[in-house]
Amino acid sequence: MEDERSFSDICGGRLALQRRYYSPSCREFCLSCPRLSLRSLTAVTCTVWLAAYGLFTLCENSMILSAAIFITLLGLLGYLHFVKIDQETLLIIDSLGIQMTSSYASGKESTTFIEMGKVKDVVINEAIYMKVIYYLCILLKDPMEPHGISQVVPVFQVSTEQLSKVFSPKKICYLSPFSAFLLLLMFSRNVNSSCQDYLRTPDSYF
Amino acid sequence: MGLVSRGAAAAGVGAASAVVRPGPPHAVPHPIPTPPPEGAALGSSRVPGMVLKAFFPTCCASADSGLLVGRWVPEQSSAVVLAVVHFPFIPLQVKELLAQVHQAGRVGLAVLGTWCHRRQEAEESLGHFLEGLGTIFSHEPWLQLCREQGSKLWSCKATRRQVPPCPGAPYEDQVMLVFYDQRKVLLSQLHPPAALPDCLAGDAAPSAGGLAAVFDTVARSEALFRSDRFDDGPVRLSHWQSDGVEASILAELAKRASGPVCVLLACLLSLVSAASACRLFKLWPLSFVWSKLSVCEQLRHRLEQLTLVFSTQKAENPTQLMRKANVLVSVLLDVALGLALLSWLRGKDRIGPLAEALVPVADHVAEELQHLLQWLMGAPAGLKMNRALDQVLGRFFLYHLHLWISYIHLMSPFIERILWHVGLSACLGLTVALSILSDIIALLTFHIYCFYVYGARLYCLKICGLSSLWRLFRGKKWNVLRQRVDSCSYDLDQLRLLVVAVQGLMHLLVDLINSLPLYSLGLRLCRPYRLAAGVKFRVLEHEAGRPLRLLMQINPLPYGRVVHTYRLPSCGCHPTHPWGSLCRKLFFGELIYPWRQRGDKQA
Repeated sequence: MEDERSFSDICGGRLALQRRYYSPSCREFCLSCPRLSLRSLTAVTCTVWLAAYGLFTLCENSMILSAAIFITLLGLLGYLHFVKIDQETLLIIDSLGIQMTSSYASGKESTTFIEMGKVKDVVINEAIYMKVIYYLCILLKDPMEPHGISQVVPVFQVSTEQLSKVFSPKKICYLSPFSAFLLLLMFSRNVNSSCQDYLRTPDSYF
Repeated sequence: MGLVSRGAAAAGVGAASAVVRPGPPHAVPHPIPTPPPEGAALGSSRVPGMVLKAFFPTCCASADSGLLVGRWVPEQSSAVVLAVVHFPFIPLQVKELLAQVHQAGRVGLAVLGTWCHRRQEAEESLGHFLEGLGTIFSHEPWLQLCREQGSKLWSCKATRRQVPPCPGAPYEDQVMLVFYDQRKVLLSQLHPPAALPDCLAGDAAPSAGGLAAVFDTVARSEALFRSDRFDDGPVRLSHWQSDGVEASILAELAKRASGPVCVLLACLLSLVSAASACRLFKLWPLSFVWSKLSVCEQLRHRLEQLTLVFSTQKAENPTQLMRKANVLVSVLLDVALGLALLSWLRGKDRIGPLAEALVPVADHVAEELQHLLQWLMGAPAGLKMNRALDQVLGRFFLYHLHLWISYIHLMSPFIERILWHVGLSACLGLTVALSILSDIIALLTFHIYCFYVYGARLYCLKICGLSSLWRLFRGKKWNVLRQRVDSCSYDLDQLRLLVVAVQGLMHLLVDLINSLPLYSLGLRLCRPYRLAAGVKFRVLEHEAGRPLRLLMQINPLPYGRVVHTYRLPSCGCHPTHPWGSLCRKLFFGELIYPWRQRGDKQA
């Protein structure tokens, strides 16, 4: 079963979310980010080349022009390979784990798999960045301390202010009854603002 | 079922070698009701609510029908299938083989279920027969995997014979198939390595968490993969090596030859170490010189590394093995680069012109320095200086310069010989040649170092005096004490900075060659599955009503982490000056030593 909806991110670009249902124990959420815009690419290239031409008229050395071309090419390749994310996928497999894949514009894919045994819980954090945005996080268990948290892993790097509408509480994966209950509470605007609060008052939710 | 009733009726103990062959139930002569194996007791516990995961090797997907052999991990509710046992087989021999593997690798294997690969459409009797095998090898849960030939449709069933602990829990479990490449999982090494307790007592399998258990199981069952289909063993198996055991003639020869070669080289190296630890070298002037020269430190470091590589002890764990391999590759590269440098030097007879160019350059530098000193002794930039101090210091430095120039002129006939020997030392490695070059630069610029020391010490005294006076006369009196020799020391500071920068660059190069783990990087480039950071899953073609199929692949370690994990400890003999502390030392007049002081932090 597939389902597609579109949203906009905090900078105004268009995002598309695809939800795939493989089986009762396997779901996939796929978020496609806005593509590289031709306008910004042209603007950057023109700026770099104008600056190089300005330097060339001062120094009369043609190496500057070749250097500018190389810098532009290498910079673009580096940006496409290391920075520009095309698509982010979240694959949730019951009793195995959670897999997050980021595909870059150059085709590179970087995958992280978190085993279910290491996941303590899934929470929605809010952050204040010009306005309030919500992002989904996975809390990992600390092997030393049974009640502690070793790491907070944000799920999607591209955050959307409408994320709370994207993940409706009934359709999330079956991690544990505790987390479903927690998400339900969170959608009633009782949002966690930091992990410290979560650690201090876990009992207030019961 | 007919099979069970006949077996119960004819429980003949004498016929111990009844062969089990596929076919309709009445063809089987005397099936023996064997006691349930130990594995059943372990496998009865399960985690409620977890989907049953069956890890299936991709090499067995096209194998003929048979029994599934592997390990059941009750904590994760997962069954790791290692091989398929084909018909005909004798149950007793299968159990003996499993016991052998258990003894060799300390991993508890069992018969997990049946595998059915249907060649023709109507083979229902095979299905019934396979179900009956569950009574001979009882295991909870009993897996039944089935596949139509040539199609991607699989069917899996996991049945339990025992009464379920809680009512409402089904007799049949939901099964998820995860395919894995057995060869890659066997050869790969997970980072960080799961800290497995070394189980010396009993046969309890080590409980590694999660997917590390799969890797661990496959690695420990190596004894199961030793036979291939060309061997005439009692049991016919299908696994990743069943088409022929992987081996290489070069690897075997290297293994045979490495023993005596290691012994010989270890003896030679111990002789060299004993010679260098001789009492003669511990006498005071020699020991001071040895400790300050970077070439001696580099040679000592190399000797330690070579002793490690050629030691006759086997590596205890994979980390030690990787370190040995990295050191060996790094030494070989070093020697190769050194020989390349040597051939380049000898090629067009470059040593002669180089030696001839050295003396005029030194003369030129000395002349420039003389002009500088004369200028400072006058009225530099119109500043009025303390005439007496100027003259004393100026003449002192001029005499130094004169001594140095005479020394250079004395050495000039021998320079070519010295350079020739330095070039020869490149046979020991590029790092040794670079260290010698760095030491020569330090010796040639010794006069600059002397000037710098005098200037810095005087400047430091002035600064101390000024700061104490500043505390006394803050804001109340104009400070008439001026700095006389400072402009001299600023210019010397620039020269000193240049020398320090050149030496620093050389030491950086030496450290890079010394500490970069080249073997690990090469392994990451050519065989990325050997160094695994984790795993990744891909969902295969899926149909409604069929079990979910996943493909498990190895996620290789990123290059940064490879370098960080396997970096070799560097020599630690070269002084590393972070730029911040360098600038601070220059400003406050503290001395910048060309060698490492006792209180310095190790890099």
